[in-house]
Amino acid sequence: MTSLLAMPRPDSWNFPLFIHVLGAMILVGGTLTTASALIFARGDVRLLRIGYWSLLLVGLPGYLLMRIGAQWIYSKEGLEDAPIEEAWTGIGFAVADAGALLLLIALILGGIGVRRLSSGKGTGLLKGTMVISVLLLAAYVVAIWAMSAKPA
Amino acid sequence: MSFDDWILALHLLSAFAYVAGMIVFWVLIVAVRRTDTPDGTIRMAPVVKVGTIGTAVGAVGTIVFGLWLTFSVGGYRIWDFWIIAALVLWAIAGWLGGRTGKAYMEGMTKAQELDAAGQTGPNAELLALNRTQNGLLLHTASSIALLLLLIDMIWKPGA
Repeated sequence: MTSLLAMPRPDSWNFPLFIHVLGAMILVGGTLTTASALIFARGDVRLLRIGYWSLLLVGLPGYLLMRIGAQWIYSKEGLEDAPIEEAWTGIGFAVADAGALLLLIALILGGIGVRRLSSGKGTGLLKGTMVISVLLLAAYVVAIWAMSAKPA
Repeated sequence: MSFDDWILALHLLSAFAYVAGMIVFWVLIVAVRRTDTPDGTIRMAPVVKVGTIGTAVGAVGTIVFGLWLTFSVGGYRIWDFWIIAALVLWAIAGWLGGRTGKAYMEGMTKAQELDAAGQTGPNAELLALNRTQNGLLLHTASSIALLLLLIDMIWKPGA
């Protein structure tokens, strides 16, 4: 396994991998900002807005970059038509695809919530966004562990 | 899974924590540019703490687990160009990050002083401190160093 860690990969895989990892890092950063801003907002409209817009303007582009990079490198490895056999690949796809759905729900809930803030409502919906963000962060930690340690 | 696989996972989780912390700061830097009240500035303190913990844990974790892997994994040498480059970039990013923190803490300190003095309204001096150009440049430079570090880690020049 040690030799596998040091194993070089073809140069043509580097750029898609870079896009994948950079996107994932931006996604995690955006989600962490959202979760912490919404947790500490305690009704403060400005922090609630910061939390939501972080997910939309940082988290979502990060997700798209991560997912494009993932599919790109997957095709580079010639695995697109092969069944998903490795546990780490399965975990990666599960978190990415289920995470996309959760991210979308969080964005919709938060979007409605932010619109209602001006009329003194919407904090409940943004709490939903906060809970989903925390769940997403936990899932991302598992995915990062799986992507790096590559359990059989 | 070998012990080194776990260390690699911790190394990468640390890298993610580091970058996530930097992104938290980016959002705060943008948000604080329109903040001219002590209360508005102070309310961001808990989120600042999240960013600080992310960058601190990430910076320590990347270097500790990274050095472990360098000495433990066959095929890597501490004098490999990409590893030396990574160490230099890590040190530069950390140094710049520390200076960024000091630049932005001036605004937070001013906000706390104003708050303690009972001045709750908009304050031009506070706004100027929150819009520190020096802090923005330092954070940009620190982010570029981290981006180069990621490029170095993936392409491993000279490996």
